[in-house]
Amino acid sequence: MTVGALTSVLVWLPIGAALVVWVLPLSRYATGALALLVSLAEVGIWIEQAARFDFSRSGLQFAQRGGWIKDLHVSYHVGEYAFSLWFVGLGVVCMAACIGYGFWVGRDRSRAYFGLMLFLTGAIVGVFVAQDLLLFYAFFEAMLIPLYVLVGVWGGPARLGATIKFVIYTMAGSLFMLAALIAYGLHVGTFDLVDGPTNASRWIFLGFMLAFAIKSPLFPFHGWLPDAYREAPPEVAAALSGVVAKAGLYGMLRIAIPKFPDPASYYRTLFLALAALALVYGSILAFRSPDLRGVVAYSSFAQSGLIALGLFSGTRLGFDGAVLQIVAHGFISTALFLLSGTVERRTTTDQFALLGGMARGRPAIATLLMTTGIISLAVPGSAAFAGEFLILAGAFQRAWWWAAIGAGAIVLAAMYMLRAISAVLHQARGSTVADEALDLRAGELALIVPLVAVLLVLSAWPAGISGHTGPTPTTVRSAP
Amino acid sequence: MIQTPHVDWFAISTILVLLGASFVALLGAVLVPRPARRPFAAGVSALGFVGGIVTSVWLYVDSANGHLVIANAFARDRWTMLAQVVICGTGLAATLVGAEQIARPRDDHIAEFFSLLLACAAGMVFFVGAANLMVMFLSLEWFSIALYVMCAIDYDVEGPLEAGLKYLVVGSFGSAALLFGSALVYGATNHIDFAGIRANGSSNDLLLVLGLAMIIAGLGFKSSSAPFHMWTPDVYEGAPTTVTAFMSAATKVAAFVLAFRILRTAFPQDEHLWSWAFAGIAVASLAIGNLAALVQRNVKRMLAYSSISHAGFLLIGLSAGSSLGGRALMYYLIVYSAMAFGSFAVVAARERELGVPVTLDNLAGFGWERPFLGVAMWFFLFGFAGLPLGGGFVAKFYVFSAAYDHGWAWLVIVGVVATLVSLYYYLAVVRAMYMRPSEELRVAAVTGGSPPREPLLHVAVGLALAVSVGSLFAVGPLIDLAKHAASALPF
Repeated sequence: MTVGALTSVLVWLPIGAALVVWVLPLSRYATGALALLVSLAEVGIWIEQAARFDFSRSGLQFAQRGGWIKDLHVSYHVGEYAFSLWFVGLGVVCMAACIGYGFWVGRDRSRAYFGLMLFLTGAIVGVFVAQDLLLFYAFFEAMLIPLYVLVGVWGGPARLGATIKFVIYTMAGSLFMLAALIAYGLHVGTFDLVDGPTNASRWIFLGFMLAFAIKSPLFPFHGWLPDAYREAPPEVAAALSGVVAKAGLYGMLRIAIPKFPDPASYYRTLFLALAALALVYGSILAFRSPDLRGVVAYSSFAQSGLIALGLFSGTRLGFDGAVLQIVAHGFISTALFLLSGTVERRTTTDQFALLGGMARGRPAIATLLMTTGIISLAVPGSAAFAGEFLILAGAFQRAWWWAAIGAGAIVLAAMYMLRAISAVLHQARGSTVADEALDLRAGELALIVPLVAVLLVLSAWPAGISGHTGPTPTTVRSAP
Repeated sequence: MIQTPHVDWFAISTILVLLGASFVALLGAVLVPRPARRPFAAGVSALGFVGGIVTSVWLYVDSANGHLVIANAFARDRWTMLAQVVICGTGLAATLVGAEQIARPRDDHIAEFFSLLLACAAGMVFFVGAANLMVMFLSLEWFSIALYVMCAIDYDVEGPLEAGLKYLVVGSFGSAALLFGSALVYGATNHIDFAGIRANGSSNDLLLVLGLAMIIAGLGFKSSSAPFHMWTPDVYEGAPTTVTAFMSAATKVAAFVLAFRILRTAFPQDEHLWSWAFAGIAVASLAIGNLAALVQRNVKRMLAYSSISHAGFLLIGLSAGSSLGGRALMYYLIVYSAMAFGSFAVVAARERELGVPVTLDNLAGFGWERPFLGVAMWFFLFGFAGLPLGGGFVAKFYVFSAAYDHGWAWLVIVGVVATLVSLYYYLAVVRAMYMRPSEELRVAAVTGGSPPREPLLHVAVGLALAVSVGSLFAVGPLIDLAKHAASALPF
């Protein structure tokens, strides 16, 4: 087995396990255990890859290539750059936590549920490692299918409207991306992302950007977001905002910007403006939101804007910051949604009006929510601070006012996050918070503590990622 | 003394096998005692289709250098043979489903049904190889008449009878258009063979262009493309679901394969005309099929409109007219026939279970009750919508590529928008099967015990599922097959 096969294993192991779960009549316990085991094995394989990764080289590593549609020069080509490695790590760790959460709360129809979660894991990894446009597109779309069912079957009362909105929005973007990638691939004669040359077509660039702007989302394409995040089960919302939405940002970073440098710089101001709008508008919405999930959802929207600001700043600092911030925010968002889920399990609601005083007698939930919240509002010394600082420094190199807008939004972040923490943990005891409601149980701690621990490690050593992002988009472009 | 042409019997062996089986099945209707008639006829039919697949595959391998046989009336080439394999495969699946689903109180006409099915498929496999206008018309009538009768096989039930009659009337209109067009083309060129028409036709000849237009209209009826689609929803809804499944898959294959052949071999000089004509029909089919499907509650009717919209996607490949378009068309047809057949077969199972037409409402909970059929349906619907759960995704990619390659980016955009619209009604079925709240599920619960076991239907659906999912992974080999097939046509 070559090292490249490790990447393929990372993609296909969970999908194969999904088939096993669907076909074999296992008990609920066995199904959940198997799913969790496979997701932990994914983490293990990823650690193995990270340990073997040679950060001094700039090219593609763990690459594997095979024929798929030779006729049109489409190949099965997977591999990892340094930045892809971090995204894959984010994906497998967060999905392991989400699957564990599903196991812990005991979702009904467990075989269908865990099969879909595993399928989602495989598709997510596939998006981050695919080095062929059509393969990327296939995985990008494949993420949608399990999410649609996971929200539609296990979601909240208004789930049907939320799913249809989510699917139609995302597919609208993706299908235009399909048209764009056909145009690009047939024009340059290959669909390969590594070999493919740059292209100057603005239409093709906009086709890709539409898909990524909806997925991430950027203003004004966020219409699907509040419903989907509110109606999804907490662990699915965590996967959606922590990992899946990051695929849109990854697409900008890997495809839209490096493959279309001229259109990207032509439209730079437009996308910087959309990103800044997402950042400010999302922060304000988060501040106005009456529920915990709403705060996390809109803060994800705002963070997408911030990260896009870094990506479109077109500077090395902005790029490194964006990679770091994607990973950091992925963990923050996953942890916050899972915490929100634990709060909902204890109180049946996440409305601030009905919550309050959760901290009294429940030190674990208070500590974890407080720590994650503090990291998320980017206090100096935290991972998010490092990411945001780099992004703002990058944006500053472009023009000072972008950085000014970003800095202003960080103040807003402090406002909405502290408001949310205080509304849940402190203040007078809410009407739904019973004295009997327990603190976090061992199972829940085992899921959330590792996520927070990763965040603390990143806070202590952000350069672990930001100093190891490998080639920038410009060098990705010229890499062989 | 009339000189008889040399007959290459092997070239038409698939037709002969199917006709022979049809004959045996018909004999069974008379000679085999009533209780054994169903297994006998179904067995003969299955053997006939397996035999047809074997001979077609053999001929595919053996016909690397495509040529015309039997006084230049029949094309023995890989384009014909690959289409024959698909049609025979669909026929085999229809046999499996029909053996359980064609329910008659006393099995009165069960053997006749299989006899007709075989004869119909024989007509289709003849049709796809037609190399002159006469063979084209005769074989079209041949399989159409068989289809009319199959639609009305339950002649004492109102729905199927109405469907058969409607199909007969509208189908005859289509055939008449085709025949009249053929006559005009003959008048313009003095030739009925495709090669002769190409050699003698000129694109400035109004008579020829008019003839071409009428031939396109005639084929449009068979392929249920808008604006020649009016019969489709009614007939698909009224016909026994097994027949609908067969018709939706096999007729489309036959019509599109022949359309591409006649356009490439007889009318290449008019490509600037027909590619635009087909692009127009494609847009109309996509628009009408998708918009009308949005409001349907009856699942068969919805799938009928979806089949019109897929005719639109296929026409995108057809209108590109290139070798890439041919490959795209053939690949799309293989995947589409599997998905269309499979989805109707699943509907057939639910219909039998409930005893009433399947609607989005009484489909509620079906996915949880019958997991295999539910998951299969899921795959078919997502495949229709072009999501990467099967070859439907690559098929769309291919036809869009063909259109883009032809320089028609606008047609790609039309296709993309149509796909987006189609998502809504495909997802409505998935939503009905899996996501209704439990109180609704109880309302829709089946009365009268557990559903019938239906092993053969499961096998047929499994085959369709295997083709539709396998074609995503085996794109390379399938495209190679289609490429060799398309290389038999002049470009």
